[in-house]
Amino acid sequence: MIELRKAILAAACAAGLSLVATPSFSQTTLKAVMHSDLKILDPIWTTAYIVRNHGYMIYDTLLAQDEKGAIKPQMVDKYDVSADGKTYTFTLRDGLLWHDGKPVTSEDCVASIKRWSARDSMGQKMMSFVESMTPGDARTFTIQLKEPTGLVLLGLSKPSSNVPFMMPKRVAETDPTKQIEDFTGSGPFVFARDEWKPGDKTVYVKFDKYKPRPEPASGLAGGKVAKVDRVEWLAVSDQQQAVNALQKGEIDFLEQPSIDLLGTLKKDPNITIVESQQLKAQYVFRPNHLHKPFDNPKIRQALWYAFNQEDFLMATVGESAYIKECKALFICGSTFGSTKGTEDVLTSNVKKAQELLKEAGYDGTPVVLMHSTDLKALTNLAPVAKSLMEKAGFKVDMQSMDWQTLVARRAKKDPPNAGGWNAFLTSWVTADVMNPVSTAYLNSSCDKALFGWPCDETMEKLRDQFARESDPAKQKAIAEAVQARNMEITAEIPVGEYLQPVAMRKNVTGLLTAPAPVLWNIEITK
Amino acid sequence: MLGYILRRLLQTIPVMLVVAIFIFLMLRLTPSDPAAIIAGDNANAEQVAQIRSQLGLDQPMLQQFVIWIGKVARGDLGESFFFKKTVAALVGERIEPTLSLAFFTIVIAVLIAVPLGVLAAQRQDTWIDRLVMGFSVLGFSLPVFVIGYLLIYVFAIWLNWLPVQGYQHISEGVLGWAQRLILPSMTLSVIYIALIARMTRASVLEVLSEDYIRTARAKGQIERKVLFRHALRNAAVPIVTVIGLGIALLIGGVVVTESLFTIPGLGRLTVDAVLARDYPTIQAVILLFSFVYVMINLAVDLIYTLLDPRIRY
Repeated sequence: MIELRKAILAAACAAGLSLVATPSFSQTTLKAVMHSDLKILDPIWTTAYIVRNHGYMIYDTLLAQDEKGAIKPQMVDKYDVSADGKTYTFTLRDGLLWHDGKPVTSEDCVASIKRWSARDSMGQKMMSFVESMTPGDARTFTIQLKEPTGLVLLGLSKPSSNVPFMMPKRVAETDPTKQIEDFTGSGPFVFARDEWKPGDKTVYVKFDKYKPRPEPASGLAGGKVAKVDRVEWLAVSDQQQAVNALQKGEIDFLEQPSIDLLGTLKKDPNITIVESQQLKAQYVFRPNHLHKPFDNPKIRQALWYAFNQEDFLMATVGESAYIKECKALFICGSTFGSTKGTEDVLTSNVKKAQELLKEAGYDGTPVVLMHSTDLKALTNLAPVAKSLMEKAGFKVDMQSMDWQTLVARRAKKDPPNAGGWNAFLTSWVTADVMNPVSTAYLNSSCDKALFGWPCDETMEKLRDQFARESDPAKQKAIAEAVQARNMEITAEIPVGEYLQPVAMRKNVTGLLTAPAPVLWNIEITK
Repeated sequence: MLGYILRRLLQTIPVMLVVAIFIFLMLRLTPSDPAAIIAGDNANAEQVAQIRSQLGLDQPMLQQFVIWIGKVARGDLGESFFFKKTVAALVGERIEPTLSLAFFTIVIAVLIAVPLGVLAAQRQDTWIDRLVMGFSVLGFSLPVFVIGYLLIYVFAIWLNWLPVQGYQHISEGVLGWAQRLILPSMTLSVIYIALIARMTRASVLEVLSEDYIRTARAKGQIERKVLFRHALRNAAVPIVTVIGLGIALLIGGVVVTESLFTIPGLGRLTVDAVLARDYPTIQAVILLFSFVYVMINLAVDLIYTLLDPRIRY
């Protein structure tokens, strides 16, 4: 018994010593908690934002947008556009390598663009203008168009899902409907597949042979310099625990701290809160055009008068510093953002909404409003919508469910009383809704449109016009026309914007102002 | 005895089949679609349908079941919809953290709860008894996550003794492994301490009124020996039953604790798989948990024979 006691005492002492022992590292490791765990690895196959962020770690793009939204060459050294606007010639930078050490070639890029455009809605639109894509020599390729369009540059610099990441030809030739199984990229970090443990951590190591552009990093453009040797994404699902870990220094970077925990973090002298205007999101209300009552455009228009943005934003975000009432469909402050024609709407003009419902002959058909309950950022949206709609005279049947059930149900075209639906609310990161082509909910091609299935020839013509136009001033005018048309057909209603801050340890610097959280340029000082 | 074990093992086959049918039907009848989740927000109906077809979810339900159960019978648990890994590999990666957590929890619970229960029985109706029973009620009443946050606040943030979250594999160092398991195990063990202490007290109290205890005391046996050699040994059968049940109940507890402490174990895998509607993974993990449950029950029944010679199979 005495021996056992001694052994226990010895073990306790050893454990105690280990508690104060500090491990030493010879390399710098950035430990980050992202908004979600990484489960899928193909950023062309899915549009999930976490997979897009993974893509930015290991892949590179031909073009990229800087922090002002200007399109800049990235893997491309230079590009030329013919006088008739129908021939684009791209020349790759010298010295670009894949992670396996082989050089990046024009054939790789052509194959990558083909795979991307088979999946991405903007890519599909772009390809409808493309006559051919031809590799020239190892570093040059040409895109020949049937008619001029501004979509080539806009598409190849698309900042959010699906981003046109370049992959080796052998990978890019994978059937676009199947996931890739080779994760060789040419970006600033290499994916450490052996260390990837879904539900635990994802590891990236610095690609020593990456050749950054000479310009300083700006947004998603410029020199992508990896300033840490290793990045670990840790899968911490509990927000409070992520904040605890950040405060204790167990992690360095928290991509999306919960707004209600920011107060704690702001009081901590070791933490920096970074508020980037590009890491914004837009809440939207999406009606289903197939079924009563929202098959009637006038009833849908009543929603514009029933709603106001402040109620939605205060109920979900609650901090005035992080919200923005903005009626612009394409985001306030962005290239195509405009509030023209929105003065009278989204002010909760109940009387006007009631008049419209009366004129439309609304017969009290209940609106089946899907309420997502498990995503904090979305939970309070539907109750606010219900309250505002009821004040305007709608009858609302709010049905609560988890987000994944909502995702499955929204794909159903059945009537609401047979498992279908009338409306739901969600959010988009602003990078996805910056213009009429990339804004997915504006697709009004009936059966081919996303769930909600708006059907409007005028809207589709306007979107096509935007795609054909390459003059920025004319594009802006078309974007305003699209916004006006959306207020007539109500493909979607923007119900406010909010800012998502990032939290980092004080010794972490260099986070870029970009529409996606990219981790090159980030430095850890002692 | 061997015949009994064999019979019990054979009985697990229909039990597992019923579990398999139940979990398969439950998942398929839930209004959700893994293909829509995988495809992401921008995907159109055609893309979702393509993924559904690749996953085999467009086949009739009976056909899906026959394919799956046929694979399971051959020892193939299938491939995760999301992780592009076999379910067997995923489960294999996650077993160590869960076993470690379960082991620590049960050891802590038994080491604390049994002496506390015996003490409470011996000092019946004193303040010690009331304190132990009060703790027991509290242990039952407090949700696991509340206990977890309290312990994190005290030991990780305030005293700064232990890490907030995470897991270190035993191969990377035993001390680091143990250090990261202390808080989660303490969190999870509270409810089992309450349960086992309560049962130990009740069983020992019952035994303490028996004639042979009086005889032992009359013969001058010291109280510690009376309690631990005579009383506890005879009260052991219900206590072992509760410990066995506790191990089975741990399955539920690890789900919350692993999520809270970011431990990449089977509990966390279950939560992730359920949220992502990863059917093959959910099915495999539930089958595994059910099998473990059945085996623990068998083990408890066999331990009875060691504790009580009157029990024979």
